[in-house]
Amino acid sequence: MSGSSSSSVAGRDIVALEGVTKRFPGIVANDSVDLSIRPGEVHVLLGENGAGKSTLIGMLSGLQQPDEGRILVDGKPTPITSPRHALALGIGTVFQHMMLVPTLTVAENLLLGGPWWQRPRSEELETRVAEITSSLGITVKLHAKVSELSLGEQQQVEILRAMVRNSRLLILDESTSMLTPKGIEELGALMRRLVEQGLAIVFITHKLKEAAAFGDRISVLKLGRKVGEIPPERFRALGEQEIISEIVELMFGKQKDDPEAAQRPTRTIRADAVPLLQVADLSVAPTENAPGLSSISFDIRPGEILGIAGIDGNGQKQLAEALAGQRAATRGSVRLEGTAIDALSVGERRKRGLRYLTDDRLGEGTVGTFPVSINFFLKQVGAAPFWRSGVEQRAEIDRHAAELVREYDVRTPSLKTPVARLSGGNIQKVLLARELAEGAKVVIFNKPTYGLDLANTLASRQRIRDTAARGLAVLLISTDLEELLVMCDRVAVIANGAVVGTVENTDDARTRIGRLMIGLAA
Amino acid sequence: MTGLFSEVFLSALLFGAVTAAIPLLLAGLGEQMSEKAGVLNIGIEGMMLAGAYLGFVGAFYSGSLWLGFLTGAAGGVAVALIMALLCVRIGLNQIIIGIALTLGLEGLTALLHHFQFSRSYPRLPAADATVIPLLSDIPVIGAAFFKHHLIVYLAVALVFGMSYLYRRTQLGLNLQAAGDKPAALDVAGIDVIKTRTIAVLTTGALAGLGGAYLANVGAGLFIPFITNGAGFLGIVLAMLARGRPIWVLFGALLFGVCLSLTTAMQVAGINIPTDVIQMLPFLAVMIMLVLFGRRASLPAALGIPYERGAR
Ligand SMILES: Nc1ncnc2c1ncn2[C@@H]1O[C@H](COP(=O)(O)OP(=O)(O)OP(=O)(O)O)[C@@H](O)[C@H]1O
Ligand SMILES: [Mg+2]
Repeated sequence: MSGSSSSSVAGRDIVALEGVTKRFPGIVANDSVDLSIRPGEVHVLLGENGAGKSTLIGMLSGLQQPDEGRILVDGKPTPITSPRHALALGIGTVFQHMMLVPTLTVAENLLLGGPWWQRPRSEELETRVAEITSSLGITVKLHAKVSELSLGEQQQVEILRAMVRNSRLLILDESTSMLTPKGIEELGALMRRLVEQGLAIVFITHKLKEAAAFGDRISVLKLGRKVGEIPPERFRALGEQEIISEIVELMFGKQKDDPEAAQRPTRTIRADAVPLLQVADLSVAPTENAPGLSSISFDIRPGEILGIAGIDGNGQKQLAEALAGQRAATRGSVRLEGTAIDALSVGERRKRGLRYLTDDRLGEGTVGTFPVSINFFLKQVGAAPFWRSGVEQRAEIDRHAAELVREYDVRTPSLKTPVARLSGGNIQKVLLARELAEGAKVVIFNKPTYGLDLANTLASRQRIRDTAARGLAVLLISTDLEELLVMCDRVAVIANGAVVGTVENTDDARTRIGRLMIGLAA
Repeated sequence: MTGLFSEVFLSALLFGAVTAAIPLLLAGLGEQMSEKAGVLNIGIEGMMLAGAYLGFVGAFYSGSLWLGFLTGAAGGVAVALIMALLCVRIGLNQIIIGIALTLGLEGLTALLHHFQFSRSYPRLPAADATVIPLLSDIPVIGAAFFKHHLIVYLAVALVFGMSYLYRRTQLGLNLQAAGDKPAALDVAGIDVIKTRTIAVLTTGALAGLGGAYLANVGAGLFIPFITNGAGFLGIVLAMLARGRPIWVLFGALLFGVCLSLTTAMQVAGINIPTDVIQMLPFLAVMIMLVLFGRRASLPAALGIPYERGAR
């Protein structure tokens, strides 16, 4: 990236970064990055977990200031001093971590930001939202509290919010991570329509297929540095496979064909084995805005991975929470190794080997301000060997934590770093390490690889496979059909809180699951 | 024991309850606003004291109660400014600063009072009441509720004003967002620091006014430490009220009755040691906390200073 190329095109960029550097204690998050963002283009930003993508977005949206370098808006050097300033410049961002107020309704969240002396303009909003949602093909419950929405639904609300504001640069930081395949496709089509209208879009994803399908230009970050760019002319000349292999080379420096394609599992599970987890007739009462569960039954044998497929918000979270004991069931029974655990608390279930990996990593999964080391043992607070007579055994904790950091390849400046400072993917590794620790028998994974880069996704999947291979029973909840197909022995499809069918993962599983998901018989 | 349930006794008791409740109400409403916006305002006791002292001085020298309320509110705001600067802008620990402000103001107001009045405690003339026609003729209740200073009715009206503010206005949304998820408010283009500062200054004004009422109308004089924990009771009220102003009113009245019982029982000549009677309001706090403490739901970001871009 020489200076000449950036100055010759500056006239056409809406926003351009020139030599932008951002440092955090112990780390250079962005190292002299150049980037040009143009109207009519979807600019895909790729990079491993911790590569510095979100940091770059933070500077574009006024949350952070660069330590060096400058940002040009419409060709003029413009320090973006605050989020308000960014919005005024027409930069709308959907952040990686939810930026909605959980205690307010969707409508109230969309209204946030209006002049304080005004009454919230609800009617105006409703017509505006109706326009956009119909063109987007989504439905949002305007009067539902945000805390009652699934993460996928929340993500839709955030995309909607950026649209309501009429941005001319739309930034989507991993906004497809919670959407269904259909939702992702629709978002892709929407981005196409928007750029045709002259918008500029920055699109961050970890899915290379999305990058190839939706992008016009691709930039790849690695350890804070920009290591490559595929401009539109090249992009158009290449086929999907060529693009993907070029990206993989840029990101990981080694050639691989479609790295996500893996063989379907060929595990043999003894049909006569006693199921580790037996769920019978499990029901949960619905709340105003979340479906309940109606009469869910399934068994998982040792060494088996049972997938739960379905569109997000159809009761997946409720199922996971009911099993983990975080949500009261109205009917039915859950048996772990043959003994009923219905009356047991969350902690007791965990002790008996039932583990739950939440998809809400920062919310309920970790305590953001606690150091990485403590977060590994959060669920063992007070227990030996990490606590003795109520006193924290710092050395013991640090020793184990260091081991886990190494084993799970957690990229953290130190063990003392508050976990919220890590990049999204690395937070997930902390959770994985914690839940798979000693004594696990049945593990529930809720969207275990969302937000992980390719290398981490593959590693996490391998860990889940290893988990099963050790003879544990695994329940894998995911909205990513590909993931279920490469991982599971059987896949149950959930819709509206009920299991509408269970499919053996054979060659025609994809179509049969697909049919179930859209409401047809398999 | 005669006269314990006589009309006169009851209406004096209730009248006293209202008088005692108003400072708590104002403090509770003020604290509620700070807490909604995510600032735990322990300095409120100090703000009340500043309000009581300056309110008294203002009224004493001008001869106008209203001017006294104004200087009282200004005193509260002045203390709140320090709090806003240190805790909201610079992001220092809210509990430590709050305690420091309260202790500091206890000393400062006592000292200033000593310089000015030495050991004398001059009194203000009794506040004139705004008698509400018709309603004030109802037996017992009339004399208890409808013969108060105008500011009392305004304070009660403020409860409904606050409800409207929280539920129906943009500022109300901003305040709640500042307390529950400040980052979301920030990226929506609203300055979290400003929003919280507005909340803290409003708290100061209300607490100062409450203090001024306590000194000028409730007692008619200023003595050091006159607030005697009223600000802390306000914090308890705000925490139990779950963000709803009307519950602050109910709570304040309940505490008001307890405080008033203390005096009324002495008037009625009941033979219980005053120390025991004076424990009553605090006993009520304990009971309330045991009964309703679990209901308290506090904003997620309460007490956590906001810093943009930090994670
Ligand atoms: N506010 C902050 N304070 C300290 N360190 C930070 C802060 N924000 C980011 N970092 C660090 O900067 C690096 C880049 O983080 P960033 O969130 O930009 O990564 P990312 O590319 O978005 O990764 P992911 O794909 O996992 O979301 C990480 O090492 C992270 O720990
Ligand atoms: Mg990120």
